[in-house]
Order: sequence, then structure tokens, then C-alpha cells
Amino acid sequence: MSSATSPGSSDLQAFRQEVRRTIRAKLPEDIRRKVAREQMEIGRDEQLRWHRILYECGGWSCPNWPKEHGGPGWSYDQQYIFERELALADAPRIMGFNVSMLGPTIMHFGTEEQKRRFLPPILKGEVFWCQGFSEPNAGSDLASLKCRADRDGAHYVINGTKFWTTEGHMADWMFGVFRTDSSGKKQHGITFLMFPMTTPGITVRPILTFDGTHEVNQVFFDDVRVPIADRLGEEHKGWTVAKYLLSLERIGTAEVSRSLASLGRLKRLAHDPSLAGTPLIDDPLFGQQLAMCEIELMALDLAEQRILFGAGDPGEAGAEASLLKLVGTEVQGRLLELTMRAIGAPAVFDGEVGQELASGALPVEIGRVAKTYFNMRKALIYSGSNEIQKNIIAKAVLGLG
Amino acid sequence: MQRFALSEEQALIRDSVARFVHDDYAFNRRLEIIESPGGHDESHWRRFAGLGWLGLPFPERYGGQDGSPRDLAVVMEQFGRGLVVGPYFATVVLGGHAILFGGSEAQKAAILPRVADGTLKVTLAHDEPKSRYRLDAVATRAKPEGGGYLIEGTKVAAPYAALAGEIILSARTAGEAGDAAGITLFRVKADAPGLSATHYRTHDGGTASNLHLDGVRVSADDVIGPVGQGLPILEWTADHAIAALSAEAVGCMWSICDLTTSYFKTREQFGQTIGKFQALQHRLVDLYVKCQLAQSMAGAAVDALSRTDPAERAKGLSGAKVLIGRYGREIGEEGVQLHGGIGMTREYPVGHYFKRLTLINLSFGDTNYHLERYRQLLREAKP
Repeated sequence: MSSATSPGSSDLQAFRQEVRRTIRAKLPEDIRRKVAREQMEIGRDEQLRWHRILYECGGWSCPNWPKEHGGPGWSYDQQYIFERELALADAPRIMGFNVSMLGPTIMHFGTEEQKRRFLPPILKGEVFWCQGFSEPNAGSDLASLKCRADRDGAHYVINGTKFWTTEGHMADWMFGVFRTDSSGKKQHGITFLMFPMTTPGITVRPILTFDGTHEVNQVFFDDVRVPIADRLGEEHKGWTVAKYLLSLERIGTAEVSRSLASLGRLKRLAHDPSLAGTPLIDDPLFGQQLAMCEIELMALDLAEQRILFGAGDPGEAGAEASLLKLVGTEVQGRLLELTMRAIGAPAVFDGEVGQELASGALPVEIGRVAKTYFNMRKALIYSGSNEIQKNIIAKAVLGLG
Repeated sequence: MQRFALSEEQALIRDSVARFVHDDYAFNRRLEIIESPGGHDESHWRRFAGLGWLGLPFPERYGGQDGSPRDLAVVMEQFGRGLVVGPYFATVVLGGHAILFGGSEAQKAAILPRVADGTLKVTLAHDEPKSRYRLDAVATRAKPEGGGYLIEGTKVAAPYAALAGEIILSARTAGEAGDAAGITLFRVKADAPGLSATHYRTHDGGTASNLHLDGVRVSADDVIGPVGQGLPILEWTADHAIAALSAEAVGCMWSICDLTTSYFKTREQFGQTIGKFQALQHRLVDLYVKCQLAQSMAGAAVDALSRTDPAERAKGLSGAKVLIGRYGREIGEEGVQLHGGIGMTREYPVGHYFKRLTLINLSFGDTNYHLERYRQLLREAKP
């Protein structure tokens, strides 16, 4: 139970102190304030600025990368602690598509040449990536994707469309999966390609979400030519590459760290008399709902540690890990909804105008909370909707056909 | 961070309790036991003594195994899985811990070795008709008389008091019901003059008793702990009881999950096993997820026992009680529902697990009681 790598050990305590001190010292205040306001759409420049600061700390921009590729070579325990400390300091998340997912996938499937070309710019924050997976008719059933990539000499020629492309409008490059053969099983004939978003024939159309945010896009491909050298893995075997990539996001899918930070803000709000005259925590019903959130979060935190680290390697965790995403996003939603109700009537304001109502310095931005609550409903849908997670548990854990 | 892996010794304990349940505790055998006089199988008790389970949490010098709260939780979880009835919780967890925490050297030496070797059963009588869940709501009186005390009052729902040779009970030597100070613990012999009892069966197959104390005479040597300061001993005992019951509840929950999963794979309707229906699959997944989260909180309750900060300790234990109480009800109700008619029958185990979970929620504070306690802790801890 108390091996040398257990996070309770003194080495890891020292590690936690070091990353806490460093993050808090280096995080720019303007970025911190945005994250603390529950503002979800941190811009490209802010993400890259923070990424580069972390890179200068010794490859911390890519906490899951081995030293050989310029990462810090941290253990899973260290990565776990780092992710928690980022959230508690109101720092932006580590960039997901390129750092957490694409980088290790290139390390696993890429040629030496691809590793040399693609990994250093990710590490240093020189290229901003987006992911081209979902399509209008391939969401939960991703393998039924239809966007075509036909061989033409030394190129693939892409025609079709990708949907829900997060940050596609700010990305420099896209990685994605495309149909190269439709004669066999739907998982066969998929190929994994990477290309610049400036390639001729690419059009990006914004999709606004109902909270008014522009994060996702539809991307159209009209004879977009991609060199064969920019294929990752074998032709027609891209499903294997994509599955590997999707399995990498284990630490943090429960969003426990982010929810703990939100809970901390909500607790400060609940003790603050400036909104209602008396602190909300004195209201038994509200206080009990807050207590319930904290208890569920405690249970989730412990379940995450047990499921991901019980077996040693978080990547080896089985389908049980699906419950972390399932429960984590539900708890996150409840917390945001409760925060909105803590503010009450002033939460109707959309934008910065509401803040002037508060007499003191509130830990959340009044005009942001409802927007974020609406926006974060996406979390119950993306990365395999929560219903898909239930299907996975039913089949892979409970053995129901 | 918890690593959750059981130690080698804990794995041995788990396997040994699981083997007992598997070999000697078939569901029909259990039904025979709860319908027998006393609702208890003494041969099992002797076996428990031989295996070291009865002295598990006690120091070796009192014939115990020096086990940790986690060791005890391992036993309780397996008892939960097997739905084992009997005076284990009353004797080892309640009575045993009250003596362990409050007893003098002489009292511990007189009582604990006999508990460990199976020759003495004890229990704790703390509930009263008007106390609901409050340990300080003690109206039973103990008046000094002739160097000892004379006890008057009523205790309710003392578990397995009918089998106990000695009963540890709370009585007031000063103050009024609700006062923290003035509560004193006493050991009373089951055959003490002036003590009469109404024994009854409980819904979970156990037994309990209402005790009427009509001038029960005890000596000064029968006082457990300092006079007037019994509440901390009661609270400490209740904390350990909550951790043990949480583990037992989680065992019950996993059994309901396993039973329902098996049922889903065998029961056929409309030409297929009902586990093929997605609406049912998702409900079973919800049940499974609640088992996992409850498991976390049972661990949190055990961990809380070693916390030095009283608020952190209370949050871990109340948090466990809240979540396990709520999920216990939901899993119990859902387990019956997902079985359909067979789930309603006495011959099928799922309803019996449901009953045990329901009674666990009613012990040492239910979900709402602990949720409010938790809120008060948040209220006092200004961030």
C-alpha cells in the first residue's frame, strides 16, 4: 500500500509542493482569471502561451511523455498529482488532442521520420491540432464513417465532411480517420491521416452551440490532397490507430480535479453573505445539495484512484473506467447547476455586466456561470456519450450481450 | 492516496470468510437459522472463534488478533455478501469496541478474552424510545446508591441482547437528555435483578430487545470509563460501527448486483435473455456504478477512523453513511424490481439483501441525518 511511488510518500509530497509552487508562480494572472471564471473557451493564444511556459519548466507541457521525446518522464502518480495541481491553481488543462492523444500515438505507430517531424512542434507548442473523427452520421457509431480518402499516386484525395470538429477554426493541422475501402467490415478500410488545415480544398464552417459559444465546426473536404507520407499506421488499419488514441485519455476523464476546483468556488460562494444577506450554507436544503456534491465527488475521486491505479498502469484499466466519465460528467453538471442557483436571479445576465451587482469580490463571474452550465452539457455527449459508456459497461464488465 | 489492494493477510481473511459462506451458509441454511430459536447457530460461533474472527480487532494480550479496522471491514464485507446473520456485529463491533475504548484494564481483561474465545457475547444498548439517532439523547437514569448505582429507564432495539451475557448501556448520571456531559456507560449482567426484556425478531432476520431497567443495581466497578463522560466512548464506538456497517452494506450491494446480472443472463422473455434489452442493461449499469461508488465510501469510512482532525473524521464517516444509505435503498429497490415477481418471493435472496440494507440505513443515523451533519461540518469550515 505504501510503495515508494504511492502519492502519500514523502517523495511525492515534495513533488506536489514543487509543481504547486511552480504552477502558481508561472501562471499568468489573465489566464488564471479566465479559468477561475469557469470560462471554457480559452483561446488558442492563451493555450499556447501557457503550453510554452510549461515546456520551459522541463517538458511539463507534455506530462505524459517520456524523457526520450522531451517530456518529463513522470510516473502515473506524478501525472495524476500534476493534473490535480493544475486544476486547483485555476490553470488551463493540458492540451488534449495533440499532447495527451496524438503524441503517444505517433510514438507508438509513427515512423522515425514522423516522430522527428511531428513530436518536437507538439512539445514546444508550435502547432495547434484538431481531431477529425465524428461525421454527421458517424457519432457514437464512429466506425460507420464515410468521409473518403482515395489513393491517387503518392497522395490520398479527401472528399466529404467532418462534424463537431472542436477548435477546427483555430487549428494548424488536423489528424483524422477516413474511409479508404468500403468493401468489408466497417472497421476495416479506415485510414489515419494528418494534414495542414491550410491545404487547398478545406472549408471550415462554425457550429454555434446553444449557449452561444463557438468551439465546434463542420469541416468540408473538396479534393484535399494529403501525401502518403502523412499517413499514421497502415492503410485500411486506421481503426486500430484511432482506438489506441482514444484509449489514452484515462487520467482526468472523470474531471475530478476540475470539479474539486469548481466545488471550492461554490463553497466560497455559499459562505459569502454579499448575494443574499445571509450565507447560503445556512439554508439546509441548499447546504445539503452542496454536501451531496462533495460526497459524490469524494466517492468518484476514490473510485478513480482504485480503478486507474489499482492495477498499476492507468492505460491497462478495463471498461470499468467508463464509469469515471459517466459519473464525472454528471457530478460536474450538478455542480455548475448548483452554482448557478447559488447566484440566483442575477445569473440571468449573459456576459460581464452582472458582476457589478455583487458588493464583494465573488469567486465566480455571475454572467458566466449559466453559460458554462449550458455549455458543459456537451461533456455528457462527447468522447462517447454517457449512454455509450453504459453500453460498454453492460457488455465488457457485466457480460451482457 | 489509497492503493486499495488488500494485504496478503487481508486476502486470507477474505478468502476464509468467503469459504465459510460458500461451504456452510447456503441461502436455505440461512433461512433455517433465522427461524431457529435464538436465530443463531452456535456451531458457527465456535468456528468463528477458532478462526480468530471474534477477537479480530482486540489486542493480542486480550486474546485478540490485533487487527485493523480494515481487517474488520474485510470480514464485514464478506458477511454482507453472504448475508450472514448473528451476533457478530453486536458482540465484536458494538460491545467489544465500547469495552476496548472505555474499559479499565481489569474490565478489558475480564471481558475481551471471553469474547475472543466465544464464551461470552455482549451487546450495546444505546437507543431509547425518544432518542431517534442521537447518542446524547439519554433519558435512562443512574442514581448513586450505596457506593454503586441504581438504573431506571428503557432501552430499545439492543441487537442480540437475548444472546448476550453482558450488556453495555448508556445512562444519565447528570444533566438532561440532549446534554453531552453526564452520560455514563455501565456493564450490566443479562440476568441482573430488575432487568426485564422483550425480545423480538428484526426484519433482516436478526433479533433485538427492548430492555426495561427497573431499579437495576450495579457497582462502581461496573462503570465503563469516567463517570459522566460516556459520550465520547459511545461516539467512538459508533464511528467504528459505521465503518463496519458500511463494509457490510457494500457486500450486500455487490451481491444484489451479481444476482441481478446472473438473472439477466438466464431469464428469457420474448425469445431472448432479458439482459439483451438495453433499457434493462442501463438500469443494471446504474446499479453497478452505485456499487463502485459505495465501495469507495466504505473505504473512506475506514480511512476516516485514523484521521486526527475531528471534522475530517466526521466527514468521512457521515459521507459514507449518506451515500451508502441512499444507494443502499436505490440498489435494494431496483434489485427487487429488476427481478420482477421472483424478486418478491421469500425463497429468493434479493429481497433479504434489500431488508438488510434498509435496516443498516436505520442504524447510527440514516442518510438525511448524516447529510445534515455533513452540512453543519461544511458550515463550520469557512473556506
